Amino acid sequence: MSTASFQEDIARPKQPPQPVAPLPEQLGAARRFFAGLWKRVRDLIEIITASPTAVVGLIMVLFWVFVAVFAPLITTYSPLEQDYKAINQPPSAAHILGTDQLGRDVWSRLAYGARTILTLGPASVLVAFLLGIALGLPSGYYGGAIDETVMRILDALMAFPTILLYMIIISAVGPSHFNVVIAIAIGGAPGIARLVRALTMDIRTREYVAAAKLRGDSDFTIMVREILPNCRGPLIVDFLMRIGYAAFYIGTLGFLGLGLPPPTPDWGGMVQQGHNHMMANVWPVLSATLAIITLVIGLNMFADGVREESMRYQ
Amino acid sequence: MEQTPVLKVDGLAVAYKTRKRDIHAVRDVSFEIYSGENLGLVGESGCGKSTVAYSIVNFLGPNGRIVRGNILFKGEPLHNRSEKELRRLRGADISMVYQEPMSALNPSMRIQDQLAESLITHRGMPRSEAYGKSLQALKDVYMPDAEAVMLRYPHQLSGGQQQRVVIAMALLNNPSLLIMDEPTTALDVTVEAAVLDLIAELKERYQTATLYISHNLGVVARVSDKVGVMYAGEIVELASTRSIYQSPLHPYTMGLMRCLPDVDAPKGTRQLLPIEGRVPSPANLPSGCIFAPRCPHVIAECSAQRPKLIELTTGHHVRCIRAGEWIGKDMVWLDQGVSTEPCPDRDEASPEKTLVVQNARVYYPVPFKTVAGLFGLEKRQYVRAADDISLQVKRGRTLGIVGESGCGKSTLAKAIVGLEPLYDGKIEFLNMDISSPLNKRKLNVIRELQMVFQDPNGTLNPSYCVGDQIAASLRRFHTVPPDQVQGEVEQLLRSVKLDESYYYRLPRQLSGGEKQRVGIARAIASNPAMVICDEPVSALDVSVQAAVLNLLLEIQKTHNTTMILISHDLSSVRFFSDDVAVMYLGRVVEIGPCEAIYMPPNHPYTAALLAAVPRPDPDLEPSRVRLTGRVPSAVNPPSGCRFHTRCPFYMGDICKEQEPPERDFGGGHKIYCHLSQEELEQIKP
Repeated sequence: MSTASFQEDIARPKQPPQPVAPLPEQLGAARRFFAGLWKRVRDLIEIITASPTAVVGLIMVLFWVFVAVFAPLITTYSPLEQDYKAINQPPSAAHILGTDQLGRDVWSRLAYGARTILTLGPASVLVAFLLGIALGLPSGYYGGAIDETVMRILDALMAFPTILLYMIIISAVGPSHFNVVIAIAIGGAPGIARLVRALTMDIRTREYVAAAKLRGDSDFTIMVREILPNCRGPLIVDFLMRIGYAAFYIGTLGFLGLGLPPPTPDWGGMVQQGHNHMMANVWPVLSATLAIITLVIGLNMFADGVREESMRYQ
Repeated sequence: MEQTPVLKVDGLAVAYKTRKRDIHAVRDVSFEIYSGENLGLVGESGCGKSTVAYSIVNFLGPNGRIVRGNILFKGEPLHNRSEKELRRLRGADISMVYQEPMSALNPSMRIQDQLAESLITHRGMPRSEAYGKSLQALKDVYMPDAEAVMLRYPHQLSGGQQQRVVIAMALLNNPSLLIMDEPTTALDVTVEAAVLDLIAELKERYQTATLYISHNLGVVARVSDKVGVMYAGEIVELASTRSIYQSPLHPYTMGLMRCLPDVDAPKGTRQLLPIEGRVPSPANLPSGCIFAPRCPHVIAECSAQRPKLIELTTGHHVRCIRAGEWIGKDMVWLDQGVSTEPCPDRDEASPEKTLVVQNARVYYPVPFKTVAGLFGLEKRQYVRAADDISLQVKRGRTLGIVGESGCGKSTLAKAIVGLEPLYDGKIEFLNMDISSPLNKRKLNVIRELQMVFQDPNGTLNPSYCVGDQIAASLRRFHTVPPDQVQGEVEQLLRSVKLDESYYYRLPRQLSGGEKQRVGIARAIASNPAMVICDEPVSALDVSVQAAVLNLLLEIQKTHNTTMILISHDLSSVRFFSDDVAVMYLGRVVEIGPCEAIYMPPNHPYTAALLAAVPRPDPDLEPSRVRLTGRVPSAVNPPSGCRFHTRCPFYMGDICKEQEPPERDFGGGHKIYCHLSQEELEQIKP
């Protein structure tokens, strides 16, 4: 027992002993749940470690996750702190990746930029998935007129080049964290909807779906309980891939000046602001570009490796 | 006569590499095939039959390899050859026919180009000669209208025709060795019978050595001279076909034979004896005899060491230490200990009708192909999957529905449970009108009418554990109070012979037979008055089929459940049903008590179906009543009697123009045919 909990014990007034142990059945259920979870995690680890591609990808991704989580501990300067006496510095002992045109520490901006991209990326993909599933699931399940209508609308949306679509949305609503997430979600939803629809059209013909109908289950229950969980394999891989794209698009939006409003540390913005001074100082652009590349490639390699390895012995 | 075998497999062992370890799928397999000989390999799925075939042509895939042993083709080793040499050999001297004819044919090439291709590439034959030879090959396999077929694409042919094309292709180069991997499994019985005739005849004519792989003992008895019985990667018995069928010496072979339902035995006269347990995974084999854990005759010595394959009598090899005790005892010995308790007298069952189907029609609209159609300017076309069907099922009895694939039997079942809407007609269930589709039915009607599905891999949701899927039904129908659900699920699992530990298993951890049992448990969870079984055992191994059929029978006995059994297998229908309806192209052609259906008089179609059933007795002279042609399209079914295009008793215009009249033979036995009662009595299957 550590001292802290020991002190807590003293500090807390004595309470009558309560039956803390759950009922045996619940305990069994909980234990089984964790055992099942642990087994799944072990299987996943086995799959990942069996694929060198996935391992390399995971290391690259984990590096940036680590940087994002521990950003305050591994940087000495604030990402917003400007130093007019030291602008466009090359790497030195004080600034390991140098400083940018406003004298901000490039490494700090990179580290905090990782935070931005690693929160906004997954968030936007998550929203995109919610949208895509909400559209694709009924489309594939009912078919017919519902399917035609939804798909034609999505076709129209997909006809726009992605970047153009983002530009239209951002110009209309203005650049902000929230709007970037929404723009990327709208841009990604049609593709996800199509994937979900295709999977649903296959799964709805399975006999367990018929069995659920013979149970009198509602269409909504069947879609959510019977069909959606069985789409998860391809969806998880797609999710990983899309986080990579989202990181890339956030970068692109940043570069076009439509991304996150300055002075937010943002990799795309760093490239955009730095490229005017590239002749004088290549470091902000180079390091931000490399950061985007390593994260996107890492996510892609990880997703690819997992997909290949999990399908290998089927 | 001393002669080199065309194929000699000696001590073959094959392993597959997986993420965790090597799986030794085949061990110590040896056999020889001489010219003009057909060796059948039988066994349950997962016994390594196909692996043996693939190792001969070196198609083991990236993770398979031959660990030990020799494969000699005409005395020369086949393995360790270069890819180039193998390709030449495979094209010219060894041919293979696979289970799925459709996947063996290139869908974008005409039949003539596919056939001629191998002649042109392997033999360098001029094109015109190659086409001529291809046409001859099609004629050799009795392809009707061969000239026209040459110009067609694979999708324009029926399954039987496709398989004929594949066989013709395999025979084009006069191969010395022909490997057939379940060539008739995907085909209907009537087509299968014709293809088996063809295989038997071609062997005589070309003296090709054939390795024939099948899980069906009846089929192997029909075509093979020698049979090797495989179990868990080893050959456990190898002998001439007659000797295997008359005096099987390995308990596994005996087990395989007595779990087969017999098309010639009526309901209640025979009990099927399933082989308990399942094929052990090659990863953890028992230390002694591999069959010992499932063997009913196991003794202590069995687990001491792995028995060797020894020649017990001339040409009869067995891998069993007790086999010697059984020489000379005939098959009667096998039935020892079998309960011959007859089924309860079915006539006593109350005559109350649980289900009455009146003039039911299920039509599927054909999608419009033209713009005019899209705007309603064209007459809508329909696939008449079930057309004017009337039948009834009495309480506590089983109605069997048989017919070839595409005859509408599954569609009818789906319409009854409400998964497909009725186009016209009426269905009455427990004196209630249930002609409406499922979403309009009341929950208490739905719970009384449940279904067991065909595909063991599709019947359970892979995302949930077994118990939860059964519990879902219980919760939905409030069969038991919520706090008793768990106990009730365990009770249901026990009633389908699975213990409670299965509650938390995921479907992928179950074998096919176990999944099917869970499907049955789910269907009976709401304690329904009627269960419809749509081909419940067709996808299962014979040994498992028996257990599932026994289980269904037991459930019927205990709960007095009314059942419909849909199957293409006439043997299991006879084993299980009280009444039978025979369907052809959306119509019922014959209906009546089970015994009447399996005896003359018969509808010509029923007679052909009965004749086509492969019987596991090599001495039985195969019947020659065969159907020709393919099942016509259900969009434009033939006029008059729908069967007239294929009927061997076709009488001309009357069949073509008039609906067949009902011929009543009493006792509910009705045949719909233009032949007179006397003529119908003459038809022998």
